[in-house]
Amino acid sequence: MVTQVAAARPLRRGLRIGQQRALWAYLFLAVPLLFFAGIRILPAISSLYISVHEWNIISPVRPYVGLANFQTLSGDPRFAHAAINTVRYVLVGIPAQMVLGLGLALLLQRIVRFRGLFRALYFMPFITPIVAASWVWQWMYSQHLGPLNKILLGVGLPAQGFLRDPDQALYAVAAMVVWQYLGFQVVIFLAGLEAIPRVYYEAAQVDGATGWRLFWRITLPLLNPTIVFSVVYSTIVYLQLFTQVLNMTFQDQGGPLATTLTLVLYVYQLGFQRFRMGEAAAATAILFVVILTITLLQMKILSKPVEY
Amino acid sequence: MKRIWAAIIVGAVVLAIPATGLSQPRVTITYWQYFFESKVKLVDQLIAQFEAQHPGVKVAHEHFPYDAYNQKVASAVPAGQGPDVINLFYGWVPLYVDSGYLQPLPPDAFPPVQIERDYVPMIKASRLDGKYWAIPTAVRSLAMFYNADLFRAAAVVRPPVTWEEFQAAAERLTARDDRGRITTMGFGVAPSGQDHHLLREVLFRQWGASPYSADNRRVTYATPAGAEALRWYTELITKSKVGAIDFFPGAGGYRNAFMAGRAGMIVDGSFAIGAIRRGTRASWGVAPLPGRTIGGAPSNFGSYWVHGLTARAQGPRREAAIQFLKFLVSEQTQRLWLDAVGELPAYKRLVEDPRLGADPVMGPFVSALPHARATFFVDEAAQRQVLVDAVNEVVLNNKPPRQALEEAAAKEQKVLDEFWAKRKRP
Repeated sequence: MVTQVAAARPLRRGLRIGQQRALWAYLFLAVPLLFFAGIRILPAISSLYISVHEWNIISPVRPYVGLANFQTLSGDPRFAHAAINTVRYVLVGIPAQMVLGLGLALLLQRIVRFRGLFRALYFMPFITPIVAASWVWQWMYSQHLGPLNKILLGVGLPAQGFLRDPDQALYAVAAMVVWQYLGFQVVIFLAGLEAIPRVYYEAAQVDGATGWRLFWRITLPLLNPTIVFSVVYSTIVYLQLFTQVLNMTFQDQGGPLATTLTLVLYVYQLGFQRFRMGEAAAATAILFVVILTITLLQMKILSKPVEY
Repeated sequence: MKRIWAAIIVGAVVLAIPATGLSQPRVTITYWQYFFESKVKLVDQLIAQFEAQHPGVKVAHEHFPYDAYNQKVASAVPAGQGPDVINLFYGWVPLYVDSGYLQPLPPDAFPPVQIERDYVPMIKASRLDGKYWAIPTAVRSLAMFYNADLFRAAAVVRPPVTWEEFQAAAERLTARDDRGRITTMGFGVAPSGQDHHLLREVLFRQWGASPYSADNRRVTYATPAGAEALRWYTELITKSKVGAIDFFPGAGGYRNAFMAGRAGMIVDGSFAIGAIRRGTRASWGVAPLPGRTIGGAPSNFGSYWVHGLTARAQGPRREAAIQFLKFLVSEQTQRLWLDAVGELPAYKRLVEDPRLGADPVMGPFVSALPHARATFFVDEAAQRQVLVDAVNEVVLNNKPPRQALEEAAAKEQKVLDEFWAKRKRP
């Protein structure tokens, strides 16, 4: 015992204060890293493992089946529906969210009074629990009892099916998601707009540029980093849609006729309602590759550096 | 000296532990069920009784939320833990059997002949490979709940006996606003609630289409008769417009609509009695499901939760588990279960009790048991989806019922084929 302590002492003394601090910092950093590895990376690897095995959740044996799970998915019309729908959510939701978010941010930037109040109001949906909000929206969309159809009928328009109409259901869900993320988007854009130096606008105005020209030539290019971040972030959000869809179509999840079904919801149904863990894991692996590819592409295409 | 004394004391204690154990041999077995308050409380009481009768056996009772039940079982297996006796939905049993999780009920303790003689017929769904793998304490069936106040207001004098009367009553009960939106449904339709069972085991059969082959391997409802049944059901939504899918959104919306007085009639299971009793303000009643014709062959859908012996129960634990299982399905337990949980007894002779049959609420459910069949589900989620989609194809996409049903049958056949193909493995 005594000799060990004596041997350790010179070593500790050998570290300078700076090194000791760094050592402590790494020690503290290691804890969340281990946690992250334990609850994120390990399950991801095990999910890849399961994707090439057959497993019904309960069976102790998990025979290796190669790519059979991927093959089953490729011939599964519900998986195809889920994949196409997921892409449609991205293509519908993100442009709507970007345009509305930027428009509102530009308007908010112009006002001085009540700006904080408006910002708070727009942000509120983002901090509202998703499940509760989904259920309220479901009632608003209700064909026979909901207020939306009441308004439509009140102004002489025909009542709509909304969540019960296979042609409208996906857009009805997407509208709710846009509503939910709009406030977040506005805050991000406001921060981006504030970061653009005033001098560019002043210089351009001296040269006679106005309105749209200022927007197209200065605001939009200099907002590029914010746009890239927003698009990448929301693409991941829309590719992982689950809670809103499940709760807004609770009785026939992803319905009617799989028109609102998303990949993640289908993964959940395969794994935890039908006990086909192998196929669920295979679908997850596909989603992983898709998200990775899209994100890398977006970073490459969208992030052009702008210099003035 | 101190050390020596300490060693002696420790040694004495260590020796005493097995000695006390030997004086009264104890086996601990574990029972698992999902959390349902009245069931959990009752099983706690039952265990106390059982332990008093069997001093050598201790039963550990563990319960989990319904939604996490299968996951919990799944995670316990690789960890080498888990129950000796497990409570499962009957539709999950094939999955558990094929996973090697259950052992067949020992024929000397539970002779199949005796099971089939003593129990209501629906429990045949738990027979696989000629063996019984699990056994219920209680069963459920379907009946019609009706709002007596709405009946009076619409001058419907008695609950309908035929589906034709049912449709006429539903039409009178339906209320709409000046824009044609439904404010009160005559019939609270719910394809993903109990109506897919209603179609499968009641309407198809009464219209003359047997839903599955006798060996449960083939889907047989896609016939002209089956299509007529589907047409009749979907026309309630499209033509006479006495009900709307998702009228009340959310889980159990049709039942909530009924409890809120917004649906004149619903088809629901005996498991709904408790909720409806607590939540309905209007006066309400229960009637047997209508038939195609007066005096025509009745049919009903039954379902149940079963207790099974897991492969883990071996040696003395197996003996104890068998004793406990026998106790769980005994006549005495079934009576207690009816009073405490409100589920119908699984023994024929208890069901035939005239007092139970005369009960205004329980009676219609009890009278359905002799002709209630439990569908042999191999993948309930997928099989439900198939019929829910068939209804939507007709209602939303105007597909002819015959075509929608043929497509549904093809999809469901695929699910069955896959199950049976896998079972051929040794």
